[in-house]
Amino acid sequence: MWRYLFRKVSIYVVTFVVAVSIDWAIPRFMPGDPIQGLLSRMQAQPQASEELTSFYTEAFGFDVPLWKQYLNFWAALFQGDLGLSITNYPIPVTELIMGALPYTLALLVPAILLSFWAGNKVGALAARRKTLDNTVLPMSYVLTATPQMWLGIILAWVFASSLALFPVSGAYGFALQPEWSVEFARSFLHHWILPFSALFLVAFGGWAIGMRNLIIYELEADYSNYLASLGAPTRLVRKYAYRNALLPQITGLALALGAVVAGAIVVEIVFSYPGLGTLTLNAIENRDYFLIQGIFLFLITGVLIANLVIDIAYVFIDPRTRVGMQGGA
Amino acid sequence: MSLKVDGLTVYYQSLRGDVKAVDGATFEIADGEIMGLAGESGCGKSTLGKSLVRMDARMRYVDGRVELDGKELPVWDDRKMNPYRFKHVSIIPQYALSALNPTRKIGTMATELLASRDIPLNGVVDEFKRRLKIVGLPEDVLERFPIELSGGMKQRVVMVLSSLLDPSLLIADEVTSALDVSTQRAVSELLVEFRDRGFVKSMIVITHDLSVLYQIADTILVMYAGKLAEKAPAETVVHAPAHPYTRMLISSLPEVGVRYAEKRLIGIPGRPPSLLEPPTGCRFKTRCPLAFEKCAEEPPFVEVAPGQAAACWKATA
Ligand SMILES: Nc1ncnc2c1ncn2[C@@H]1O[C@H](COP(=O)(O)OP(=O)(O)OP(=O)(O)O)[C@@H](O)[C@H]1O
Ligand code: SF4
Ligand SMILES: [Mg+2]
Repeated sequence: MWRYLFRKVSIYVVTFVVAVSIDWAIPRFMPGDPIQGLLSRMQAQPQASEELTSFYTEAFGFDVPLWKQYLNFWAALFQGDLGLSITNYPIPVTELIMGALPYTLALLVPAILLSFWAGNKVGALAARRKTLDNTVLPMSYVLTATPQMWLGIILAWVFASSLALFPVSGAYGFALQPEWSVEFARSFLHHWILPFSALFLVAFGGWAIGMRNLIIYELEADYSNYLASLGAPTRLVRKYAYRNALLPQITGLALALGAVVAGAIVVEIVFSYPGLGTLTLNAIENRDYFLIQGIFLFLITGVLIANLVIDIAYVFIDPRTRVGMQGGA
Repeated sequence: MSLKVDGLTVYYQSLRGDVKAVDGATFEIADGEIMGLAGESGCGKSTLGKSLVRMDARMRYVDGRVELDGKELPVWDDRKMNPYRFKHVSIIPQYALSALNPTRKIGTMATELLASRDIPLNGVVDEFKRRLKIVGLPEDVLERFPIELSGGMKQRVVMVLSSLLDPSLLIADEVTSALDVSTQRAVSELLVEFRDRGFVKSMIVITHDLSVLYQIADTILVMYAGKLAEKAPAETVVHAPAHPYTRMLISSLPEVGVRYAEKRLIGIPGRPPSLLEPPTGCRFKTRCPLAFEKCAEEPPFVEVAPGQAAACWKATA
């Protein structure tokens, strides 16, 4: 058991190191000089320019050899220091990310959990009722095949532009400041519904189809037939089938996380939602390498941790993996 | 009479038409009788066994009546049949090795099943443990997952569970086929012990292995291509079979005590007919060395000697 956990965690650590290294390397080996870009945007006087260049080079740590930059990067990382933003100099990248993160989490976490929950429930129901199967299934296929950005644009067009039921962009009204008040909460929810729906619906379709197919398979499995032969009520047979069908769905959840995060980024951009997605767009437009690097690092770490948690949780819910571990250890 | 089956006809629905897997089965089983059910693969043994307990989604009840202990079994009505299952008629399925939910401990599964049938747990769980001991399993299998048991152990768990509520009739489908020879012997002897201890009143033992039946069965029913061919006491079937098909089955055994499963293709030339379009008249006529004009008509399944019934014009003549 512990050996298994150790092995799992090691794999994740290695993945993390590789991902971080790539994340470090990409902006440094990308064409274009970030400092020149910054200076040209500041429209500095030519005589000041040289001085500024050396100042920024030092400030961003570009004045030491690459290997040292790499080590410094790791050292800073462990202190939670991701460097300074170039566009918003001298605001630390971490601060910008922390400002945007709550908005992204507010979209992502409910979208992932609710779509998983609702998709599985509805998929399981669809497998039992013909009418539901004939409506939910085609709808789910359409939903899951729709890119989140597309759905986001359609939702914005129909419910925001045409029907004017919801605001088109932002996370709260212009006149408001983030605070703990009923007014802010209401405005926040109002802005939240459309981007959330775009993420939720696409994921929901996928889970519903998956569960519907899996549960039909489980209901035809030998153990289901045996239970029914012993007169077990449909309730029990379905409960077992549902539980067992949920296991591959949980593995699927781990695999889908990356895609959902990517979806959240584009949906935020569609709705100008002030989360990590919009921050990424701004960072890319402004070649703010440290910011891009910091956001990616954050997303990678988040997805990896979530995967690790699911992996470990899986061991506790599927006895078959446990037995396999004993055999292998 | 414990079980009375009259004209039971069950088809499978398939895209190419009805598979006539059990056609007009009529037989009786006495209290305490262990009836062996034999015949080539695909002749409808499992279908007959399953239709007495639960028809699966593709099976279609066509005709016939079943009576257990003098009461009609509503085999055609899945819902009405439910109260009888497990309590009065129970089955050890052919797929016993995969019959247990892989993600539930044996004990948990059993108690959830019993609770779902509104059966008070207190006495039954102790009885379950006691019977596990009888079949040679440690009590702690209740705490294990199916994957932690060997094939033979799973087979026994299913055996004990299926018969836990002392049903009148237990159908044991190929309980020995997946096991090695010594385990086979132990498991088949356990079946007899279950009957002797009164855990089950009577039994249908389905198997490929005639030698197993010879050891444990009181009577043997031979099926051919969805039809009953012959039913008689085990001794009679082995030493004085009336139906040409039974005779060929027996003579294809080098000696009693050797499995015929591996030998049957050598023993009986030709293949069993398709059950989609079975031959009219006697279904065995395409392979029968004794076939004559009359065999174009269907031979009735009738008594040919005291206690011996067969469906063959030659046997009645
Ligand atoms: N779901 C199904 N759909 C269509 N035909 C089926 C189905 N299940 C079984 N059959 C057919 O019904 C016939 C009887 O099958 P059955 O399982 O009763 O045979 P069996 O005598 O138990 O064979 P075995 O000894 O191999 O277990 C076979 O010819 C088989 O092809
Ligand atoms: S009825 Fe005819 S074909 Fe059928 S078994 Fe008897 S002799 Fe053979
Ligand atoms: Mg069978």
